Amino acid sequence: MDRIPILKLRDLLLVTIQVDMHDRLALQLQEELTTRISETGARGVLIDISSLDIVDSFIGRMIANIAAMARVLDAQTVVVGMQPAVAITLVELGLTLPGVRTALNVDRGMSLLERASDEAAAALERDDDSSE
Amino acid sequence: MLDAIRSEVTTVSAVTDSALPRVLKTYESELLEDWMREQMSTFSRTSRIKEGDLRAQATEFLTLLQQATQSGNTSDIMSPTYGRVRDMLGDLSRSRGMQGFSPSETAMFVFSMKRPLFARIQKELGSKPDELASTTWAATELLDKLGLYTTEIYQKSRDQVITRQQEELLELSTPVVKLWDGILALPMIGTLDSARTQVVMESLLQRIVETGAEIAIIDITGVPTVDTLTAQHLIKTVTAARLMGADCIISGIRPQIAQTIVHLGVDLASVTTKATLADAFRRALEMTGQRDKVGRARG
Repeated sequence: MDRIPILKLRDLLLVTIQVDMHDRLALQLQEELTTRISETGARGVLIDISSLDIVDSFIGRMIANIAAMARVLDAQTVVVGMQPAVAITLVELGLTLPGVRTALNVDRGMSLLERASDEAAAALERDDDSSE
Repeated sequence: MLDAIRSEVTTVSAVTDSALPRVLKTYESELLEDWMREQMSTFSRTSRIKEGDLRAQATEFLTLLQQATQSGNTSDIMSPTYGRVRDMLGDLSRSRGMQGFSPSETAMFVFSMKRPLFARIQKELGSKPDELASTTWAATELLDKLGLYTTEIYQKSRDQVITRQQEELLELSTPVVKLWDGILALPMIGTLDSARTQVVMESLLQRIVETGAEIAIIDITGVPTVDTLTAQHLIKTVTAARLMGADCIISGIRPQIAQTIVHLGVDLASVTTKATLADAFRRALEMTGQRDKVGRARG
C-alpha cells in the first residue's frame, strides 16, 4: 500500500507526492494532513506535485480541497512544481484553484511561506503595539 | 447448389468482361503508340515532361494494367490484383503534383488512353454489338476509376504539403524569449486559433519550467484581432501559468483591441495588462525586485 509521507520541517509540513495519485490515496492524504496540522500546529504546508504527470477532475478537486482545509486550520498552503500538462488539464477542466498559492519549485515555495509568516508576525507585533 | 450458381455468375461475368483483357493483350504495342501520340499532343504546349520519361511511364502502366486485367477483374481497382497498378499511379500522381501539374493534367494520363483503347475495341468487336457495348462500358468504368484514383492521390499529396507547412508555421511563430533573469517574453504574431494557442501555451509553460522564470510577458502587438475565443485562450494561458507559480502580464494591447475586449464583455480583470512591452518589462522588474539593480547598472 502506497503512502504519501508528510515531513515536518521546523514549523512547516512538507508533502511530496512521488507516486501516481489515485482516489483512495488522495482521501488518505487529506485525512492525515489535517490531523498532522492540528497535532503539530504547523504554520505552513508545502505540497510538491512536480512528479505528478496525470490528474483527473477528482484529484484536481482534492488538491484544491486539501489547500482550503489547511487554510481553515490556519496554515498557509503552497502548491509547487506543477507540470505544464497538469496545469493545462486543470484549466481545461475549469479547476483554476482560486486562493491556492503556487510556486515554481520547492525553493521558491519555501521563501514564499517564510515571507508570509514574517508578514504575519509583523502584523501581530503591530497589533500588540497599537493595543498597548 | 449455391456453388453452382456462383460459378455460373463468375463465368457470365468472365464472358462479358473477357474481351477487354484480350484487347489489351493483343494490341499492347499499337495502343502504346497511339496513346503516346495522344499524350504528346496534350503536353506539347507544356514541355514539362520528357518524352522518354512519359514513354517509360506509359509502357509500365500499360504492362501492369494488362497483367492486372488478365485475372478477369475489370471493375474493382481496390482489389489486390491492382496493387501494383495503384502503386505506379500513386507515384506518378505524387511526382506530377510536385512538378506543378494541375489535377486534370495528371488525370489526363489515364483518360487520354480512352480514344486509342476504344478504337481497338471497335476494331476487335465491331461485328458483335452486344459484346462491344459491354466491353466499352467495362473499359470506361475501369479507366474512370483509375483516373479518379490519380486525382485522389494528387489531392492527398497536396494536402500533406499544406499540413506540413502549417506545422512549420506553427513552430516558427511561437518563440519564447528570455528578457531578463526570471522574465520571459512571448511575442505573438498573427491570428490566434485554438491549435496555435495550444502550441503557444505549451511552449510557454515548458519554458517556464526550464528557466524557472517567475514572470512571463505575453505581447500581442502582432495580433490583428481579438475575439472572445482568443481572449478565452489568453485567460487560460495566464491561469495555467499561475497554477505553475508564474505570473503573466499581457502587453501590446492596441486601442481597437481594448475597445473590442470591452465591447465583447471579456473580463480581463484577473490579468495584469500593460499598453506596451516596455511598460510590462518595467512592471516585471519591479515585481521581481530587480528595478533598483537595473537603475544602478545604468547610472
